[in-house]
Amino acid sequence: MAFKIVSSQCTSCSACEPECPNMAISEKNGTFVIDPAKCTECINYFDEPQCVAVCPVDDTCIIDNNYPRYSA
Amino acid sequence: MASQIVSLASVATPNNGVDLDEIMQQKAEHQGCGTSGGSGKASCGTGAGQGDLAPEIWEKVKNHPCYSEEAHHHYARMHVAVAPACNIQCNYCNRKYDCANESRPGVVSEKLTPEQAAKKVLAVASTIPQMTVLGIAGPGDPLANPEKTFKTFELISKTAPDIKLCLSTNGLMLPDHVNTIAGYNVDHVTITINMVDADVGAQIYPWIYYKNKRYKGREAAQILTDRQMQGLEMLTERGILCKVNSVMIPGINDHHLVEVNRAVKSRGAFLHNIMPLISAPEHGTVFGLNGQRGPTAQELKSLQDSCEGEMNMMRHCRQCRADAVGLLGEDRSAEFTTEAVMAMEVDYDIDSRKAYQTLVEQERQATADAKRMELETLAGEQSDVKILIAVATKGSGRINEHFGHATEFQIYEASASGAKFVGHRRVDLYCQGGYGEEEALETTIIRAINDCTAVFVAKIGGCPKASLESAGIDAVDRYAFEYIEQSVIAYYRDYLDKIRSGSVVHGQRGDAQIRQGAYVAA
Ligand code: SF4
Ligand code: SF4
Ligand code: SF4
Repeated sequence: MAFKIVSSQCTSCSACEPECPNMAISEKNGTFVIDPAKCTECINYFDEPQCVAVCPVDDTCIIDNNYPRYSA
Repeated sequence: MASQIVSLASVATPNNGVDLDEIMQQKAEHQGCGTSGGSGKASCGTGAGQGDLAPEIWEKVKNHPCYSEEAHHHYARMHVAVAPACNIQCNYCNRKYDCANESRPGVVSEKLTPEQAAKKVLAVASTIPQMTVLGIAGPGDPLANPEKTFKTFELISKTAPDIKLCLSTNGLMLPDHVNTIAGYNVDHVTITINMVDADVGAQIYPWIYYKNKRYKGREAAQILTDRQMQGLEMLTERGILCKVNSVMIPGINDHHLVEVNRAVKSRGAFLHNIMPLISAPEHGTVFGLNGQRGPTAQELKSLQDSCEGEMNMMRHCRQCRADAVGLLGEDRSAEFTTEAVMAMEVDYDIDSRKAYQTLVEQERQATADAKRMELETLAGEQSDVKILIAVATKGSGRINEHFGHATEFQIYEASASGAKFVGHRRVDLYCQGGYGEEEALETTIIRAINDCTAVFVAKIGGCPKASLESAGIDAVDRYAFEYIEQSVIAYYRDYLDKIRSGSVVHGQRGDAQIRQGAYVAA
């Protein structure tokens, strides 16, 4: 499974982009998006998903239920 | 370092020790030092040099509109918004919008790449020769975006080496970047420090993001204050000037800021700027939504006064937006949109900038001379009457704005020791050509300057004059286009004469309101 960004809430502040250990985050049409193929939920890297930890807007980086949980 | 702390925001009052005009004119003798130096500043006795503002510091601040109250009449600064990300959350900030408290635009404002920013700076500097300072303050935290921030500095220091660089940060990442900051010759850093006690901090900062982890509450505030103090010490050790900004939040950190003032002073900050919390529900901030109020004008002034004995206060900060361009209180950013800038042919000519600045320097000298001569007429005056005077000005230290066009008033305190700039009040535009609306006048301007005895203007209509008069405020246009401080002293002298002859009765005026909302010049 992966995280996704709720684009209607994203402020495009770019804070999450450099924090992702998998370079899964990029800017697209003014807001930021997560590439589900690259996101590992930060497992094996950090205790908490970095995009969630740094994002200034609550509930903007959330679990994307369209994908199964990531397992290392 | 404490000996370098000098009163920037005050004029030559007998017990204040040092003032900028005096240093500027390299006057050998001091006015009234040694006998009544109750402020405890180690600033007297040695003449120009050591005990005074060190010459290197004076060199650095004299043309900086944000640091020198006097320079802000004559020099301009600009900010470029290259740093969108932030690493902490403040309860007075909603990052979707412009933040009035930390003078940064919201992320909805135009974002610039370092290359665009550098071009913009050159374009502005070529058009506005008084532009001497470039700052990076947002929209997020410059040190949460170190690559973008330092790339911008690098580009500008190559093409326009005469422009001073400064940056404004929350301090969390400061210790990690002090070397780089020193390397780019950044000589001014502003740190926003709202507390030195984690219990207070927990009420201001819900969380921080530090070393790949989100910290909350007391723990977050403790890390933040430790990092801020460490960063401040590291900068001042290297001789980089540090200003501290604090947002005054009544009931949360208002009394505590006296302690903050002591903490930052002892670590070598040279200026402390206490700003009122700006908070309204429509800002969508935690404080806006929970009804946290900002201080009144009198509450702010009395806190600034109680810290002034300890340290320099900066009273002229307008909390302008981080993408503002121009003299303080004016914003010409609309002329310099990215599109317009990219299309400009920029010819950066250091010599013509210098020539212009020489003229400004002469004008500034004339202002200081006029003030000094007027001050001599107060010699021996013992009265303890103090009054506040609001002034409508467009800059250059003169009373040169029409009452109806003023978007802000500068407030001076007149007393037997002279004229002292104590702050400014923003007002909504009362008149946009033609007659103003009575309602707006009553509600906005009078409330904003209600603690003033008089208002000085270049021109004023009969109706607003009468409304002011009925609110007990003397509307004065006889000093139109004269120097502000000279006129304030002259008015004060007349006022004392009138009290003595019985034609006016001096009474205490009420409190005034601080306008809520970001400063965006019309
Ligand atoms: S959860 Fe971690 S890996 Fe996934 S996008 Fe966020 S930062 Fe990147
Ligand atoms: S940190 Fe949050 S608001 Fe900022 S760009 Fe990433 S998702 Fe958007
Ligand atoms: S907000 Fe305006 S007045 Fe305040 S420090 Fe910045 S530029 Fe100077």
